[in-house]
Amino acid sequence: MSARDLIQTFSLSELRQGLAVTLRYLFAPKITIQYPEEKTPLSPRFRGLHALRRYPNGEERCIACKLCEAVCPALAITIESVEREDGSRRTARYDIDLMKCIFCGFCEEACPVDAIVESHILEYHGESRADLYYTKQMLLANGDRYEAEIASAREQDAKYR
Amino acid sequence: MEQSVLAAFAWFWNLFGWWDALWALVKPVWPVIWIIIKIVAILVPLLLGVAYMTYWERKIIGWMQGRIGPNRVGLWGLLQPFADGIKLFVKEILLPTKADPWLFLLAPVLAIAPALAVWSVVPFFEGGALANLDAGVLYVLAITSVGVYGVIIAGWASNSKYPFLGAMRSAAQMVSYEISMGLALVCVLMVSNSLNLSDIVRAQDHGMFRDWGVKFMSWNWLPLFPMFLVYFISGIAETNRAPFDVVEGESEIVAGHMVEYSGMAFAMFFLAEYANMIFVAAMVSIFFLGGWLSPVSFLPDGILWFFAKMTIFLFTFLWLRATFPRYRYDQIMRLGWKVFVPVCLVWIPLTGIWMMSPFNIWK
Amino acid sequence: MDLNSFAFYVLATVMIVAALRVITARNPAHAVLFLVLAFFNAGGLWLLLQAEFLAIALIMVYVGAVMVLFLFVVMMLDIDIKRLRRGFWSNMPLAATLGLLLLAEMALVLSTDYFGATAFPDYVQPADYSNTKELGRLLFTDYVYPFELASIILLVAIIVAVVLTLRHRSDVKRLDPAAQIAVKHTDRLRIIQMPAEKEAD
Repeated sequence: MSARDLIQTFSLSELRQGLAVTLRYLFAPKITIQYPEEKTPLSPRFRGLHALRRYPNGEERCIACKLCEAVCPALAITIESVEREDGSRRTARYDIDLMKCIFCGFCEEACPVDAIVESHILEYHGESRADLYYTKQMLLANGDRYEAEIASAREQDAKYR
Repeated sequence: MEQSVLAAFAWFWNLFGWWDALWALVKPVWPVIWIIIKIVAILVPLLLGVAYMTYWERKIIGWMQGRIGPNRVGLWGLLQPFADGIKLFVKEILLPTKADPWLFLLAPVLAIAPALAVWSVVPFFEGGALANLDAGVLYVLAITSVGVYGVIIAGWASNSKYPFLGAMRSAAQMVSYEISMGLALVCVLMVSNSLNLSDIVRAQDHGMFRDWGVKFMSWNWLPLFPMFLVYFISGIAETNRAPFDVVEGESEIVAGHMVEYSGMAFAMFFLAEYANMIFVAAMVSIFFLGGWLSPVSFLPDGILWFFAKMTIFLFTFLWLRATFPRYRYDQIMRLGWKVFVPVCLVWIPLTGIWMMSPFNIWK
Repeated sequence: MDLNSFAFYVLATVMIVAALRVITARNPAHAVLFLVLAFFNAGGLWLLLQAEFLAIALIMVYVGAVMVLFLFVVMMLDIDIKRLRRGFWSNMPLAATLGLLLLAEMALVLSTDYFGATAFPDYVQPADYSNTKELGRLLFTDYVYPFELASIILLVAIIVAVVLTLRHRSDVKRLDPAAQIAVKHTDRLRIIQMPAEKEAD
């Protein structure tokens, strides 16, 4: 240990450097986001709560092709298809178990008609596992409620797809 | 002081015209009541200080980490300590099945009792100590060394691994750092020629710089600067605060001796730790920064200076915690035995030679 | 009974009970803690005799340091009471003899005219009497040579303890914290300047 090191050690120079850093940050602007009042911006690609969309005339988009069910890595989607009176192929059952879902967005990617989408909604909850088992009616209701936001997010992202 | 308190009581009870009757009843036991009043006058602000110390700790460490700290309970989160206190108060005190029940419950009491008892000799202002003990410094050393029992007994009585490890660490660490603390104090005792805390403060009130008006330059911190650092750092280690908090190092042994404790029993350890922190700040202020003395001669001495000095050291406690990572256990032992003790042992003879030389400044 | 003798009897009773529990407690950790209690009460008794320096020194040295180390060791013992009891009756005669001898000595010392409570006149202390100052004066004037001798013996004992327990084991890989702390970033890290890309020919 050289004399210079000894002086450096006993003058606590390294400690003082560290203390200077924390003292500077004591007065620096704070970066905390106060969550319920302030929120960080969301990307249009954000993958949140699922929704089933409709065409503007009110017809549901889903054609029960089951591509989403096939691609789902968590096996969270269950679909049963029927033939409707007008002869078109529709779903009788379209359930997503959000307890299983990993929000990978593959269903959205696989869908040929943009029926199943993941919306920007991230603040939802259930008090039991059953509350987070979303049926077709609930998913369609989500789609109806947030159609404007979903459409605008798709619009913003369209040119990058 | 006593007379003015009595006069205030007399004024209050005379509003109802009861004072004479009351005084006839109270007069025989008045000395006891007066001591109890003084104890309450020390302990209530101390416990409030402890409560707000937890708040400031979270605030200041938050600020240093770019956060804002608690701000939900009350204005700026100022009621947070009370919310925490109520929460701990209503929680159940769990007793582990295989614990030693008596010692398990005795340990928090043994932690908090010395932490409060030691305040009885602190002189807050000229003549403002509960007990103006002639062996005050020894009393401080003795009572703080008893504080380790709370931790050791807690660790042993819990009958659990991590608490036991914490107890072992704390026993070794606190006994080691008491030595450097005591040796650092020997220098202070030599220059102030007294074991009385008030006399130690008064001894810092003369010297060349004091006559020039810059009183803070004649306090002990300047001639005994290495001892000042050694004492403060040993004090941090003695109170098991970061960066010497291996006793409760949460990333290694969860919370050390406090693992099995809950509710008020846990809160007792917490209170003791913070009361000890405030006490170390008070001791550094008294031994090295002239207690209640004003730093310049044109301002009057008083208790506010004492609190201001304590505040600086309490802030430093938090500042150090926000800055440094935890020492490894063998490094703590090395620092205590191989650095602080030799530094003290060199500085004591140096001070002695200085005092015997013609350049003695403490006459 | 005035306050002083009341305090004396309380302290003495607690001390004797605690001392008895030291030898009767089954758990050695409890025994150590009862010994701590006994020391506290002994400190209190000395305080009653105005010997505040001795009282505080007793608590500081014995309670604050010695008993902590005792507790440190005792807590790590794995006690098998049955095995400890085995030698009880064979050791009994020796222990009883020693105990009776001690008892007899104490009785002799306390009851005779040389050392008994009546042998010393009541000492009237001056108003500015300071136990600490008086002890310091005696230690560094009248008894300075015995005092220095005692400190040298203790110093030798410290050095011997360190030397006896200091072992350098070459088969254990351990780190030297001093060497670790002394390491600078320049010992470990070399920053090399090099162009990010080769310039085109």
